[in-house]
Amino acid sequence: MAKERVIYKKPESLTDVPFTYCWGCGHSMAHKLIAEIIDELDMREKVIAVAPVGCAVFAYDFWDFDVTEAAHGRAPVVATAIKRVHPDKFVFCYQGDGDLASIGMAETIHTANRGENISVIFINNTNYGMTGGQMAPTSLISQVTTTSPYGRDVKNAGYPIKMLELLSPLQGVKYLERVKLTDVPSIVKAKKAIKKAFVNQLTNVGFSMVEVLSACPANWKKDPVKANKWIDEEVSEYFPVGKIKDIT
Amino acid sequence: MSEKELIKGNYAVVEAAIDAGCRFYAGYPITPQNEIPEYMSHMMPEAGGTFIQAESELISINLVFGAAAAGARAMTTSSSPGISLMQEGLSYMAGCELPAVIVNVMRGGPGLGNIQPSQADYFQAVKPGHGDYHMITLAPHNLNEMYDYTFGAFDLADRYRNPVIILADGLLGQLMENIELDRTKKPELLNAPKPWALTGARGRHGQRILSLLMQPGVLEKHNFKLKEKWDLITKNEQKFELTNMDSNPDYLIVAFGTVARVAKGTIQKASADGIKVGLFRPITLWPYPSEALKEAAKNVKKVFVFEMSLGQMVEDVKLALGDASKIEFYGRPGGGVPAAGELYEFIKKRVK
Repeated sequence: MAKERVIYKKPESLTDVPFTYCWGCGHSMAHKLIAEIIDELDMREKVIAVAPVGCAVFAYDFWDFDVTEAAHGRAPVVATAIKRVHPDKFVFCYQGDGDLASIGMAETIHTANRGENISVIFINNTNYGMTGGQMAPTSLISQVTTTSPYGRDVKNAGYPIKMLELLSPLQGVKYLERVKLTDVPSIVKAKKAIKKAFVNQLTNVGFSMVEVLSACPANWKKDPVKANKWIDEEVSEYFPVGKIKDIT
Repeated sequence: MSEKELIKGNYAVVEAAIDAGCRFYAGYPITPQNEIPEYMSHMMPEAGGTFIQAESELISINLVFGAAAAGARAMTTSSSPGISLMQEGLSYMAGCELPAVIVNVMRGGPGLGNIQPSQADYFQAVKPGHGDYHMITLAPHNLNEMYDYTFGAFDLADRYRNPVIILADGLLGQLMENIELDRTKKPELLNAPKPWALTGARGRHGQRILSLLMQPGVLEKHNFKLKEKWDLITKNEQKFELTNMDSNPDYLIVAFGTVARVAKGTIQKASADGIKVGLFRPITLWPYPSEALKEAAKNVKKVFVFEMSLGQMVEDVKLALGDASKIEFYGRPGGGVPAAGELYEFIKKRVK
């Protein structure tokens, strides 16, 4: 009898709760990558995460490590304090684009500028997913949302904000990379980027953020395949994937 | 061993916090409390703690949220408009049952107002932001109490896992006086375990700090659980001070903080004229010492409520007495501080 060999298993950093995200949503994949990396770095017992307000507010149902909630937009500030109190722990926050780029803009910029030694995973799905698909600061020009029914009009709403490019000049910021999850090679690259951001914290390099272009098929009114295609063709055209800054 | 020290009110707050084992402070500049973050920026690093000058009061309170979630004794301080900005975080902290101490050195309002002393934040301390919650609110009326109440607030916060407010004002913050410091006093719960705090899931599953409870009925249950806490605090923590009540006074003043301090002078002036006036000073504004007030007011002809506002605490006095007919209110809003003689004139015109 051939000896059984485990080639894949559910990461220990995930609970047994099945993901409740919509079909094709990027959160499930992003959550899983994070859990895998935490297992690989053997640090489940020293992680303290900060969950956002938005669809991923329930991240703590799926992750089996310590998690606190934070008010909308305030996650990096809460993470800052936790890291200052426990410099030996691993602290990251997980935020969407409404959370990080709109209501939490001041929190994001000042945390980055202070060069806090934390990791930020920024899920950009170009809309407010949980509340039903309203326009976000990251919604593309002409993107139809529930609050831009005629498409985002730059005269009224300005241009989509490129957060990584905005943060890049700040001296406290060490590592910024934008990734997507639309196919296996891009998922492998995404995992590599998130792992690098996490290792940066472990080696005291400083503030790192990975932006994940993430599909929102339900609110984009696209099936998962077309949603990924839209990321490949339109979203990543405006928000180019790749390293934006790396002074590690 | 106690020592005497000439100290400014805002500095007394810092000394107390450090002595109580507070090792995390975040604050944003706003007058009249600037001496607190300034002094704290010296004292906290010396004590081996974390001082962060936050970029807004929103950031201050959320830093305190994070530090409390991580198990630290944490504090922030501000003045009225800054406390308005903190209301979001305070509601989250009450919902998440996180302990912290918040000092409000009140100034005149509404809006940007001015930087004179005021008591117009009574409502936002004892009847605060969104959702059903309360915060223990302590009102010092001298600088010894600025120290003592701040010191004690950390144990109260830890005991009940709830934010505690020190409701001071610009006068108490800026005043200098001699205070007696008992440096031998040790905080009771400084080293008490906080099994709920997030410290990494060592040998256990992950744990959560949450106020979001979406399942039907779960949040309602959480609120009832919190209510048990409010009831326990109401039973255990009411504090007040009586002055000149042994004289069987015909009249009673109800005042807190700076106004209570002024009212003590008013009582002396009245006494010199043969008018017997007592003082009921609530020390906890929440829980309000209603029964004790009812008892103190039982045999008096009139109850004078004096505040540096247009009348906020007076609502709780009416609730406590259940009868407003004996109550006379006089308030100075927008930074006005009444003098002892001014309050006495008000009383004199209304007594036979």
